[in-house]
Amino acid sequence: MLHTFVAYVEDLPGVLTRVASLFRRLNININSLTVGRSERPGLSRLTLVCEASAEAGDRIRASLFKLENVVDVDDIAKDPAVTRELALIKIAATPRNRAQIFDLVEVFRARIVDLTSESLMIEMTGVESKIEGLIEVLREDEGRILEICRSGKMTMRRGHHISSVLNAMGAGPDMPAEPPLEALEEGAAGEPE
Amino acid sequence: MGTNATTQAANAHLTTPARLTGAEIVWATLVGEGVTTVFGYPGGAILPVYDALRKFPIHHVLVRHEQGAAHMADGYARASGKVGVAIATSGPGATNLVTGIATAMLDSIPIVCITGNVSSKVLGTDAFQEVDITGITLPVTKHNFLISRTEDVAPALRHAFQIARSGRPGPVLVDITKDAQQATALFDFAAAKPRPYRPHPMLHVEDSGLAQAAELIRNAKRPVILAGHGIIESSAMEQVRTLAERAQIPVALTLLGLGAFPASHPLNLGMMGMHGEAWVNHAIQEADLLIACGMRFDDRVTGSLATYATKAKKIHIEVDPAEINKNIKVDVALVGDLREVLEQLLPRIPGRDGSAWLKTIDGIKGAAAVRDIKNLPDSGHLYAAHVMHDLWRITGGNAIVVTDVGQHQMWEAQYYHHEHPRTLITSGGLGTMGFALPAAIGAKFACPDKEVWVIAGDGGFQMTSAELATIVQEKIKINIAVINNGYLGMVRQWQEFFYERNYEATPMVSPDFVKLAGAHGIQGLTVRTRAEVAEAVNEARSAPGAFLINFKVEKEDSVYPMVSAGSALHEMIRRPGNDPLVESPDDK
Repeated sequence: MLHTFVAYVEDLPGVLTRVASLFRRLNININSLTVGRSERPGLSRLTLVCEASAEAGDRIRASLFKLENVVDVDDIAKDPAVTRELALIKIAATPRNRAQIFDLVEVFRARIVDLTSESLMIEMTGVESKIEGLIEVLREDEGRILEICRSGKMTMRRGHHISSVLNAMGAGPDMPAEPPLEALEEGAAGEPE
Repeated sequence: MGTNATTQAANAHLTTPARLTGAEIVWATLVGEGVTTVFGYPGGAILPVYDALRKFPIHHVLVRHEQGAAHMADGYARASGKVGVAIATSGPGATNLVTGIATAMLDSIPIVCITGNVSSKVLGTDAFQEVDITGITLPVTKHNFLISRTEDVAPALRHAFQIARSGRPGPVLVDITKDAQQATALFDFAAAKPRPYRPHPMLHVEDSGLAQAAELIRNAKRPVILAGHGIIESSAMEQVRTLAERAQIPVALTLLGLGAFPASHPLNLGMMGMHGEAWVNHAIQEADLLIACGMRFDDRVTGSLATYATKAKKIHIEVDPAEINKNIKVDVALVGDLREVLEQLLPRIPGRDGSAWLKTIDGIKGAAAVRDIKNLPDSGHLYAAHVMHDLWRITGGNAIVVTDVGQHQMWEAQYYHHEHPRTLITSGGLGTMGFALPAAIGAKFACPDKEVWVIAGDGGFQMTSAELATIVQEKIKINIAVINNGYLGMVRQWQEFFYERNYEATPMVSPDFVKLAGAHGIQGLTVRTRAEVAEAVNEARSAPGAFLINFKVEKEDSVYPMVSAGSALHEMIRRPGNDPLVESPDDK
């Protein structure tokens, strides 16, 4: 089944390698991986989509947690969530055949973000199937698509959701001044000696 | 070793922040972390660190190969429960550590390895002796650091110690560029303290889980405790013993669990798994409840997963959530520190009468189990099992025994009975040949007053025998038993059983081990018959320095019983014929 892991990781060199290496070791292909800054200073948020058995989910999540730089992991699985992908598509288009593409863009609720005499660029946000629908239609004219750049999936649970880990950390978007991990000082167990 | 003056100076650094070089910070931080001994090998990229050593009260043991340094740190950690430290230079020095790091990783041993690297300006340029050691060791460390700024040295090292010993312990590597060793920074030991240990968010034991576990234990008719290495790591010996005694549950041990529950205890069944005694494996297969304590259902203890303990409910008490349902699907998972979980569980466990089940197991054991190998007639041959048994008897079971990997390792596990934790040091998970000699050196530094025995095969011993020189240079007393059968015995055994006795590449010519020891200035003896064993062992024990005994044992003996890989746990290959060697129900 398709697993979607959402993780908060420290924004440091090598962290992505550690995450990716875990999947490499299990011989699991990563379908998509999207990383960017989160609402918490010093922490990046990533969405990782991969195909793995249903039972593997818990163990992958537990193994991700074991990575020192991983702060929180959520396995969205089939829970209610909003998933989006961004695509930039560059099309060969001259003033003569532009109009047809403008219509398509309109139908798919995409946008034209760059326009030259020989090409134009479409920006589209949506679920995977919608983006693939547009690409499919554009492919009907051979040689028209010059480049496609897709962001991979970004996923967020629906409703008011915050993990116990992030809760314990406290420092959220309203409290940006605190360094990210210091908030753990109080609730966390003491150092084992 | 440092003088009083260096001790005072080093201690002053811990309380009064001072400007030090990165190299000095390395040692000052180690002093602060309580390190007194490190194992290492110098080289260009770590020379600043070596240059600064003279100012600090830390003893450096010069190894003969960096793999030895990692194994020594590992043996030190296993014998003491403290973090072991190994040091190497960049490039080949660092890569030589890798086998030792992987060994520690697979057995969850807390070690910190410090490597030098080329200057940060030339990182990634294939500079002389440059290697991407953090990349190489990523899958075999719990975590690793690449440090290129002097001010990061102390925080990274302190964090490394915390990671190594917290939760499920493991190895951590800290790679420090040469320029970071040479530059200076303010050393403030207290300020370099890592953030508090962040327990795994999936570590929580729910009340309902405890209640469920207690009910399963109350209602079980045929329960077995599976005792693993986690008991020792968590210091839960007392709690496991209380559970076993109160509920009258027999205890089966993994290889790394040996010593976690006294061998002489009436509830101790012995070792389980591939070379476990038959009655132990039968008891597990017949059980209706398995209580797994700090063990991970490794393939060497389960045999075929599909046929493993199919009648049993399973309770898994384990610190690492990634181990839950990995190999065996369990009914109740109690994820947390073993001792803490057992302390919560024990008040819910009432006394219980287990006599019927214990009687059944005694029946499976048969009369053979009460026969003592020492009473068996001397056939004139020297069997490794006899050597183990006699060693156990003569040392009173009180030595720290460090074994290598192979047949002798299994015979030791079967015939040397361990009463106490940390008295058997062996590479279980990775199965690293060449482990014993260096690990024993580490163990001796951890426990200088203990009698330490290396037991190694002729194959594994030659992999790291260069460390004999380390023993001599360090003037330490270690006794070495080479179990010499002229073969790579365990591989030969597999060839005998599974490859039609095609002994390809397993017959092995070895040097005269006594002369080899002699060349190093170590005394030695060769033993060929059982009658000579006791005298030789006593001579080794009373010799002032290290001593090697070359036991020329039966060439084509095999370890029985054996569950071949992938077979059901109760399908064991048994010792053929009437050979009265092994205590097992077949010995009629």
